[in-house]
Order: sequence, then C-alpha cells, then structure tokens
Amino acid sequence: MLMIWISILFPVLAACVVALGSAKSARLTALVGTSVSLAALAIFAWNFPAWNTAEHFPSVSGPAWIPAAGITLSVGFDTVSLLLALLTAFLMPLCILGSFTAITQRSKEYYGWFLLLGSSIILAFAARDAILFYIGYEFTLVPMTLIIAIYGGTERRVAALKMFLYTFLGSMFMLASLLYVAWELRITSGAWNFDIDSLIDASVRLPAANQYWLFAALMVGFAVKVPLFPLHTWLPLAHDQAPTAGSVILASAMLKLGTYGNYRFALPMAPAGGAELMTVVAVLAIIAILYGSLICWVQTDAKKLVAYSSVAHLGLCMLGLFALNPMGAEGAVFYMVNHGLSTGALFFCIGMFYERYHTKDTDVLGGLAKRMPIWACFMVLFTLASIGLPGLNGFIGEFLCLGGAFTAEHDGQSGYPGVLGPWYAIVAGLGLIFSAMYLLILLGKLVWGPLREPHDGATHHPHVSGVPSLSPDLCFREIAILTPIAIACIWLGIQPKPMLDAIAPCAARMLTHYPQEVRRHLEHTSAPELTTTTSVNDHERATNE
Amino acid sequence: MIEAMSPRLILLVPEMILFAGAVLVAVLGLSRNHAIRSSLPFVTCAVLIASIAAVGATWSAENAQAAQLLLPMVGRFVKPLLAGIGVWLVLLSVGAVDRRLEESVARGRMAFDPQRVVQGEYYAFFLLSLMGAMLLCNANDLIWLFLAIELVSLPTYIMVAVGGTGARNHEAGVKYFFLGAMSTAVFLYGFALIYGSTGSLEFAAIRDALAVQSAGSGIDTLATIGLVLSILGLCFKITAVPMHFYAPDVYEGAPTHVTAFLSFVPKVAGFTALILILTCVGWSGHSLIAADGVRVTYQGLPTSIAAILWMIAILTMTLGNIGALLQTSIKRMLAYSSIAHSGYLILGLIAGAQGGIEALYFYLVAYGVMTTAAFAALCALERKGEELNSFDDLTGLRVRHPVMAWMLALSAASLVGMPPFIGFFGKIYLFIAAFEADQFGLVLAAVLNSAVSALYYLRLALVPLVSPPAARSEEVTATPSRWPQVTAVVLGVGTIVISAGAGILVEAARCAIQRTPVVTTSAQSESTPVDPAAP
Repeated sequence: MLMIWISILFPVLAACVVALGSAKSARLTALVGTSVSLAALAIFAWNFPAWNTAEHFPSVSGPAWIPAAGITLSVGFDTVSLLLALLTAFLMPLCILGSFTAITQRSKEYYGWFLLLGSSIILAFAARDAILFYIGYEFTLVPMTLIIAIYGGTERRVAALKMFLYTFLGSMFMLASLLYVAWELRITSGAWNFDIDSLIDASVRLPAANQYWLFAALMVGFAVKVPLFPLHTWLPLAHDQAPTAGSVILASAMLKLGTYGNYRFALPMAPAGGAELMTVVAVLAIIAILYGSLICWVQTDAKKLVAYSSVAHLGLCMLGLFALNPMGAEGAVFYMVNHGLSTGALFFCIGMFYERYHTKDTDVLGGLAKRMPIWACFMVLFTLASIGLPGLNGFIGEFLCLGGAFTAEHDGQSGYPGVLGPWYAIVAGLGLIFSAMYLLILLGKLVWGPLREPHDGATHHPHVSGVPSLSPDLCFREIAILTPIAIACIWLGIQPKPMLDAIAPCAARMLTHYPQEVRRHLEHTSAPELTTTTSVNDHERATNE
Repeated sequence: MIEAMSPRLILLVPEMILFAGAVLVAVLGLSRNHAIRSSLPFVTCAVLIASIAAVGATWSAENAQAAQLLLPMVGRFVKPLLAGIGVWLVLLSVGAVDRRLEESVARGRMAFDPQRVVQGEYYAFFLLSLMGAMLLCNANDLIWLFLAIELVSLPTYIMVAVGGTGARNHEAGVKYFFLGAMSTAVFLYGFALIYGSTGSLEFAAIRDALAVQSAGSGIDTLATIGLVLSILGLCFKITAVPMHFYAPDVYEGAPTHVTAFLSFVPKVAGFTALILILTCVGWSGHSLIAADGVRVTYQGLPTSIAAILWMIAILTMTLGNIGALLQTSIKRMLAYSSIAHSGYLILGLIAGAQGGIEALYFYLVAYGVMTTAAFAALCALERKGEELNSFDDLTGLRVRHPVMAWMLALSAASLVGMPPFIGFFGKIYLFIAAFEADQFGLVLAAVLNSAVSALYYLRLALVPLVSPPAARSEEVTATPSRWPQVTAVVLGVGTIVISAGAGILVEAARCAIQRTPVVTTSAQSESTPVDPAAP
C-alpha cells in the first residue's frame, strides 16, 4: 500500500516543486515532469505482476483518516483498476513529452497541473474508500479546467466552464448516493464506513425501489463523465478547445473514470436498479453510437471528429457493460484500455499536424502523406485500430461488446440472461460501419489525395519567438511518443488473451447478483400480475430477521 | 456561593485578558509616538494569543463542572477558535484603520490630534466584540446570553462606521445598527415569552420546565412563540433568512477588513447562542427526571421548532446561492455566499445531538479559515487607494499579483466544497450528521445548492487566474502593509493543510459538546490546526 501511495504522492510533491520552483527554462521543467512521470510509471511496471490480482491487492485496509466519519486511506487494485491506472501512468510521460513545443507560456504551472492531474486520476482508480475515490474523481476537474481555460483555443473559457459545471453537477448526485449507501451501511453495522466493498454488500440488500433510485442517481453522475447521450454536449467542445496533451488525457484516462464508475459502483451496488434500467442505458448507448457517428460523418474539424467518435466508441463500451454478461463486461473493460490507447494516439497525431499548420480543417488540409510520411504511417495505423481492424487492439473489444449484446437474450447462454439481443447488436453494428466510413473518409482527405496546405504552411509560418521551428515531418521526440502506443496497440491486438483472462474474474465479480436480478425483472415484466414488488433480497432480509 | 462563584470566575480569565487588552490598546492608541500606534495590531494579537493560552490553562473539567454550565466543554473549543481566527482578522487589517490620517501626519500635513485617531478604539472594540462572543460560551441564563450577544454586536456597529474612510461606511454602520436593534428587540421579546412560560431565566430550570411541559400536553404556545422569536432574532446574527437582507448592503458598505470580521465572529456567536437555547428544548438524548418522577427522553427537537429550522435552512441556502449568482460586486457575492453557508450550517442545528453540533463547529472552523482567506486576499489589494469591489478589478490578477490570485482560487475551491480542501470535509461531515437525523431531503437540497454555488465560486477562481488583464485591473496595486498578504497565504494554504488533520479537529469538536466534561488528549491539540502560527 505504501508503494501505491508513493506512486500517487511523489508526482504531487514534484508538481509543487515544479510549479513553485524557479527553473527558468521551460524545457528543463518539462524534462523534470517527464522523468517524474516516468518514475511513477516505473513503479507501476515494476509492481505490476504483484499488484495484478483478481481480488483487491493489498487485502488490508489503510489507516484511518477521519475516524468519526469512517474515512480511511485505503488504496488497492484489482485487475481492472490496475490496468486503467497503468494506462494513465503510461500516457502521462507521453503527454508531457507531447507538450514540449505546444506550451510556450506559463509552462511551469502547466507541468505542475499535469502531474497533479495524473495523480488524481490514479488516486480515483486506486481508491478503495468511496470518499478517497470521490476526492480523486472530483479533483481531476481542477487541473483539467485550468489546463483548458489557460492553454486552450479561442473559446477555452466557455469550454472549461461547461465541462466543470456538467461534471460537478453530476458528481454531486453521485456523492449524495454514496452517502446514502454509507448511511444504510451505518444503520446495519452501527458505524460509518466508506469501504467500497462493504458499501456494495450493504446496498445490494436494499429494497428494489431504493436500488432503482440509487442506480439512477449514480448513473447520472457517471453518465456525464462517460459521456453518455444526452449528457455528452460538454465533451466535443472541451476536446476541441483543450491543448493536445489535455485532449489525450481527457479522452484516454478521464472519460474512463465514468465507465470505471459504472464497473465499480453503479452496476455492483444496485443490481436490482441496473436490471430495471439496463434497457434505457443500452438504448441511450446505441443512440450515442449512431448519433456520434452521423455527426462525425459531416464533421470537417479533425479534432471534433475524433471527439464525437469518442462519444460513439464509449457508447459501445457502455453497451458492452450493460449486456450484463461476462462477454460484454470483459469486452467493455478491454475496450476501455484500447480506446484510451488508440484515441489518445489519434489526438496526438492531430496535435502534431495542428502544431505545423495551425488548422484542423480537413477542407483546407489534405494529402499530408506527401509532406509527412512517418506521421501518415502512424495516423493510418491508429485510425485502423480505432475502426477495429482485426489484428489490432480495437477489434477485440468491439467484437466482445457486440457479441455480449448479441447473446444477452432472455434465455441467455452461460447463465446470464439479458434483455438486449441480436437486434440491439445489429443496430449498434451499423454504428461500426459508420465509424469505418467516417474514419476512412478522414484518412482519405487528410493523408491521401493531392497535397493541400494553407498558405502559411509549415515552412513559411512565422513562429512565435522562443518556439523552436518544427521539421516538416515528425521529429525524434514525436516518434518516441507514438511508437510505444503503436507497439501496445499491435501487441494487444495479437495477444489479447492474457489480459482478457485477467479481467474475467473481475467481470464475473461485478456481475455476481445480475442473473438473479435480471431473471426477477424479466418475470416481473412478463407477468406483472403474478409478482409482488418485493425483491429476492427483500425475502432474504425478511428471513434473516 | 463563593465556592460556586470562583470556578466561574476562573473560567472567565480569557475574557478578563481581552478586557484588559482592550483598555490597553484604547490608551495606547492615543499615543503621540507613531511606533506605538503602529504596533497596536500586534499588541492585539498578543492579547488574543494570551487568551488562547489562558483557555488552555484554566478550562479544566472540574471548573467547568463546578460552573454548572449547560454545555461545559463548548468554550474549550469555541474560545480558541474565535481567538485563533481573530489573530488573522487583526493581521489582515494592519495598516487599514486610520490610513489617510496616519499618512497625513507622517507627511507633516497635519498635527497629530488624539481626538481624530480611531485606531485604538477600533482594536479595543475588536477585542470587546470577541470578548462578548467568548462570554457567550459561559452563559447559563438568558440575561447573560442576551448581554453577551449584545456585547458582540454593539462594537461591530461602530467598527463598520469608523474602520474605514468613506461615507459608505457610515451609511452601512447606521443601517447595520438599526436593523441589529430590531433583531435584538425580536429575540429579547422571545426571551421574555420563554420566561413567562417557564418562570425562570436559567437554562437548567428552563430545560426542566419545558421537559415537564412536553411530558404533559406538549410545550405550550407561549414558550413555542418565545423560542421561535428567539430563533428568528438570532437569524440576524447568523445572516439567515428571514433576517439576512441586511448582509449584502452592510458587507459591501463596510470596509473589507470589518466585513471579514462580520462574516465570522457574529456567526460563531449566533450559532453558539442558538445551540444553547435549543439545548433547553431538545437534543439531550438522555433521560431527564421531571418533577413528578416521570422519566422523559428527548430525541431531537419539537416538531414545530424543527419545521421552522428546516424552512430556514432550505430558504437560506437557496436564496444565498441564487443571490450570489447575480452579483457583480465581490463583497456582495461573498455576503450572499456567507448567507448560503449559514444555510448549510443550520443542517447541523437540525441534526443536533446526532453529530450535528460537532459537524457545525467543524464547519465553522473550515468556514472561518476559507472565508477569511478570501477577504484577506481582497484586503491585500487596492485600486487607486480604494478597496477592490468589482470582478472587473480582478481580471488577470495573476499577472501582477500571482500569489493573491492563487489564494483567491484556493479559498474559492474550498468554499465550493472541492475535495481535498477543508470545505469538502466540512460538508461531508454536515451531510453525515443530517443523515443521522434522518434528513435526506435536506442533504439533497444542500447538494443541489452546492452545484449551483459552483457557478459563482468558479468565477472567483477563474477571473483572477485565467482572464487576460484589463485596463482597470492594471491599476490594482498591493496595499502598503505585507500582513494582509501573509494572512491570505497562511489561511489559503491552510484550507488544504488542515484537511490532513481533519480527524483531530472533528474529535476536538466532539469533545466540545459533551454534556459531562471530559478532557481528552485530542482536545489538547485543538488550537494547533486552527492557528498554525501560534506558538
């Protein structure tokens, strides 16, 4: 546990030193930031085999922080949270490396905020105490808002404000629900306790009606972060206005907090509510897939296009989660990691040509393969990964999510009944066809075709003083950013089994109560006159008493 | 009688120190020596620190027991809290009182005239007002309570009027005085009705009489009206609806360093008074033996009182937050924010013995630190010799005054309840207490209100940090004295540092409301987090 805390707090400490320090050179600060985040990554990589367990590692709870309220400093990982934390730690040094030339003013602050952002995301993934999770989850807003509002594009303040307010309102609902569950635990156990596993144990015993509202409130909080249609409107604006590295970490790590919240809180805490509302969420997810894809089709701004494709892809991820069977859940978790890799890399690619041409408009730019062949290779690779080409990482996740939805029928195989089914999967599959179309159209315009450059292209652009001019194609630093992601994409595409095997027990644990609750829900809806409003758990409760 | 008196007198040593200090600074303020006059704030600080030490030395369990106080340990927590924040309230006013006059004297434009300086009086009144708030903790009857709470208020009327330089101050002072007098009349009338119903002025006797009443046919109408009027009158002190309307005008009109005082000290006093009065009607949670030998158990408050507090809480937080949304003046915005925070604090009153009071005191510590930090940052800046008031003054503040811009942002983050700042833990603790009292609706209202408050606190954080500087904000300069800046930095950083010790503070607050005095080890260390710089 100490090592986990060190990996979280060391970057915080470094952030304070970097931000308050008197280093004159922006490059030096950036290098310090890179090495700090590399050190944090090294801790994760070194301890990965030991921390990677289906149950929480470590199994002990941490020291008390506020004993009267039962708040402890417990951190630990299961495979899912460890993978997402590792993804965050993996992207942090790349993001900082990727900001060397983009950030020219107030750079000390910038790197400080970035290190804080990484730590707070990892804290949210590592937390085993609901209040600690909330601290990490909520605090990510502070650095992100400032990164967008200070270093973003022309509409940066609106974008930052919108992101903050949407997420803040959503997380207030989440906080209220977590407190409510803690209160129910307090009634049964006699003491306040925010340990997540204990909260889950307490909340699955609640009456079905309470679970319904609990699920709805948690869902509102996490749906803003995912973002799920119709609460997604802050995302394209935030992505559009954020600096490149901000977009990368927003898409790859911060949005995962929403899906992770579903995995860790909403689904296991309120199985009765989840069974009741899964159709609603699945329909919203499918709307997100189709709606996001259709918008992408008409989008000429490359960055907004990738942002909307995120909405569509995360819709698919949610569909996989709410198939409520192991196939869908494993696929969704796998897809979280892979979306982080390929979408993050796409944002890097877009940032790299934006730095050279200062436009993201695909009507103005085109045929960049002639000018930037190395960049074009990476761009094609990551786009194909994002489309879900078999052999690359995106495919496995998409396939499993769709397969999960396909097999989630009433008399579902492997003991996991569901309310989705082939039709849901087919409609969602349409979205994948759309996604192939719009991403290939993007590639066609941007990479191939005749060379089109704006008048003040790379060679003529008057650079701001102090900014090193960029080579026409990628420099060594930029290749060093993209290569690790590319290796990860290919490796996970060829060799997904170890990761899927590791995820499987976690997914099964998340779904513990679902077959029973879904069956009850199905009986309830098919023959409402025969069933009473009490849930299976109510009966258990009555017999216990 | 003497045996009963002496422990009570010993408990009053901190107040005696403050009184002696008040006399001392009032006299020193008339000195012709400039050095002596300019040392007044530091003398005041020394007096306050001495009184903290006196609380630690005199507040023993035996004395508190012997003094027959209703809540024997409350002063052990509230007095160091008042004096601890008081030290910073003094430091943020350094150089602000009598500023024009002192400048003229220093430049030799006018001779020193003892009749025109007010600095000595200002700090004397400052200490007297704090003394009133401290005396309140020792109250065991209504007369004492009334005198103490008036001693809190009367000096503040004068401080509003003379603490600054402009005619607006006088206007605010007069407004504050008349409305304050009206609220005094309301709660005094309430006290009279309570006396009429119970036949006693002593809390213990009132509590027993009300216990008998409620064991019979319920608390009688006269006493209920009396209690309701007392609560409404005291709402003025805590800036709660329906007596909140003065706050924006007075907070805006008062000099900023006095506004900082107004937003903290009367609030602590008002809440302590409310706690003492409400303790007489409810919350005891343990059995009282009534006159006829029937054991009566109280849980919570009588329904009518709880319903009124419930309405006050909802209205106060909602009106406060909506009002704050609409402001362009920072001080008015902070006034409405102070109203909204009172609404949250009333959650603690309603939750009462279910951890509500300790949550309330814990939140008061958090509120004191974060709101004083914001006011200190405002005190540290000026524009053409005038204090800052409009958000336009703050745009792009970080270019010229980065530290103050950051401190404003830190205090705003804490006020909105962003984790891991102290305001977040204060809110969590209040919500937990409200759950304990089965008030889920109130928690929901407070949560939604917090979301609304994000709108305007975000502006307080982003305008200085993110906006590009404007012509108007280019003229903003730091005030001559460094002390307001020091205050802002210490308290601003405190909003995050104190979170680490939140557990200790909560324990200290819990000890403060014990019915039976218990001195624990954690109570010993309570003044350390409140007042990080005190020895």
